[in-house]
Amino acid sequence: MSKTNQTNSVVKWVDDRLPVFTFMQHELHEYPTPKNLNYFWNFGSLAGIVLVTMIVTGIVLSMHYTPHVDYAFDSVERIMRDVNHGWLIRYVHMNGASAFFIIVFIHIFRGLYYGSYKAPRELLWMLGVLILLLMMATAFLGYVLPWGQMSFWGATVITNLFSAIPLIGEPIVTWLWGGFSVDNATLNRFFSLHFLLPFVIVGVVVLHIVALHTHGSNNPVGIDTTGNDDQIPFHPYYTVKDLFGLGVFLVLFSLFVFYAPNYLGHPDNYIPADPLQTPPHIVPEWYFLPFYAILRSITFDIWFLDAKLLGVIAMFASIGLLFILPWLDRSPVRSARFRPIYRQFYWVLVIDCFILGIVGANSPDDPVFSGLDGFQFIHLGMMSTAYYFFHFLILLPLLSVIEKPDPLPASINEPILGGGGNAALAPGKPMEKP
Amino acid sequence: MATTGEETFESQPQEGETRRDFLTLATGAFGAFGVGAAAWPLIDQMNPAADTLAASTTEVNLEPIQEGQRVVIKWRGKPVFITRRSEAQIEEARKVPISALVDPEKDEDRVQKPEWLIVVGVCTHLGCIPLGSKQGEKRGEYQGWFCPCHGSHYDTSGRIRKGPAPTNLPIPKYTFLSDKLVRVG
Ligand code: HEM
Ligand code: FES
Repeated sequence: MSKTNQTNSVVKWVDDRLPVFTFMQHELHEYPTPKNLNYFWNFGSLAGIVLVTMIVTGIVLSMHYTPHVDYAFDSVERIMRDVNHGWLIRYVHMNGASAFFIIVFIHIFRGLYYGSYKAPRELLWMLGVLILLLMMATAFLGYVLPWGQMSFWGATVITNLFSAIPLIGEPIVTWLWGGFSVDNATLNRFFSLHFLLPFVIVGVVVLHIVALHTHGSNNPVGIDTTGNDDQIPFHPYYTVKDLFGLGVFLVLFSLFVFYAPNYLGHPDNYIPADPLQTPPHIVPEWYFLPFYAILRSITFDIWFLDAKLLGVIAMFASIGLLFILPWLDRSPVRSARFRPIYRQFYWVLVIDCFILGIVGANSPDDPVFSGLDGFQFIHLGMMSTAYYFFHFLILLPLLSVIEKPDPLPASINEPILGGGGNAALAPGKPMEKP
Repeated sequence: MATTGEETFESQPQEGETRRDFLTLATGAFGAFGVGAAAWPLIDQMNPAADTLAASTTEVNLEPIQEGQRVVIKWRGKPVFITRRSEAQIEEARKVPISALVDPEKDEDRVQKPEWLIVVGVCTHLGCIPLGSKQGEKRGEYQGWFCPCHGSHYDTSGRIRKGPAPTNLPIPKYTFLSDKLVRVG
């Protein structure tokens, strides 16, 4: 770690005792970064900024929010109507959650396309999956807090998933509730945990970044950097690019916050929770729809496992799979740019995930195309669920063996300088540096 | 005790290590027990508190309920469906062959008095409230209740007949305090 070249004597005095300036200089200023990163590499820093935004708006909201079944809904309405700028703060928090998921989903699919999960970045990737799980838990807990109809029934349906576990399922659900149904005890603990988890996320994000800075960023070509010709310092090149991306994001985000703040939400959540009346259509927030579709797609028993338990297992497995992805895809080539077959199936997976989302938003028994009654959403859901697992469990291991990758360039710099350099093209060159 | 000691020495000749191993194990076990004992209150605090448990009986006056009518009362924060069944409804529930049921249970075993069906109104799939208690609500294919969330159909005995729910609507503990008064819980 090179010492900071600060001349200010106070800075030097501090840095001698606590090397924060050296650290920042190293990690944010000179940190060598591949020079060919495209805009898909903006989403990591964007996610970080949104996380901070969620924490800041969340802390402010909690100054006005009352976690009690009799007051929660009204306290949120008071935030909307009476608290100074309360509407703005809540809308930023509400839409921030959606933005967070859009950003993180793009971030993840970036990783899938460019093989960022492959050695030596397996742990970096796994920490990312852990962040996704924590985000999902946090968002679920947060959605319960305004105590509307969707809050209540979402909480009921999701906590009941645990009752699928044989023998200990029921006691676990009672334990989660602190009672015999979702009630005040539940709301209180959900608030406490919703407050806590984002800080746990911050902790995991720090580890994620430590892992990132150990081997540096992957890049669109997916080969290791070979020297200074391939790299540029993070500042000012990527700080500026990240800030530009932030600007674009803020424009889009503002469109939602100011012009369509409830577009992504469900109107039923503006009806106070009623434990004796289930709304006719329960749908989770949009970012859970694909997973909800997988949950509902298992309608058959296998052996002694009933459909309810299998659905829950499939839903968790759909994310659990991502943890072992680095070992399912054994192809030595990272970037899909050089993987002619994988590149196509990647897009099939993207479409499959969108279809799962659509299935999750619809009633299982409704026909997919009006007039074609035999083909219902449940069938589409089963097919797309099957494809999802097929992609990860069968296709990826198979492609690692049968796919012949295109020739890789010798360095990031080489194709840019247009040297042609055919001699250096080595098909399926192992990605590890010697 | 002494013999046990000797046997141990035979299998593991180094006396000092054996004792140390034992001490380490014993200390470890004791420590684990201590950690467990300290963690338990932190885990168990999330279970229903004394006041929640205490609030868990409800008395219901059956007087105003007409034949064929269904009412919903709240017990432990969740709905309980009380139905005063008509002869036809009882008949309907009793004529089904047991083998046709997903979760086989005789109607006779689900009621104390055939006229009064008392079930917890929470779908055994994922906890929604089935429709059918109010006038005009969809009752499903078996004239009992219909859960709108994922389409479970229950019959006039509250038994699951079709759909993803695995078991019948549960029967809460209840006692008839008199002909016209029942205590649930
Ligand atoms: C990972 C970051 C976070 C996510 C994804 C998240 C997500 C959510 C969501 C989806 C809601 C429901 C919004 C609505 O429909 O009204 C919510 C509400 C809430 N959150 Fe968060 N949150 C995060 C961080 C925090 C933090 C750090 C705090 C407090 C320190 C907080 C405090 C609150 C409060 C008080 C509410 C209830 C008020 C309301 O509903 O607007 N949140 N959160
Ligand atoms: S909760 Fe009733 S069918 Fe799923």
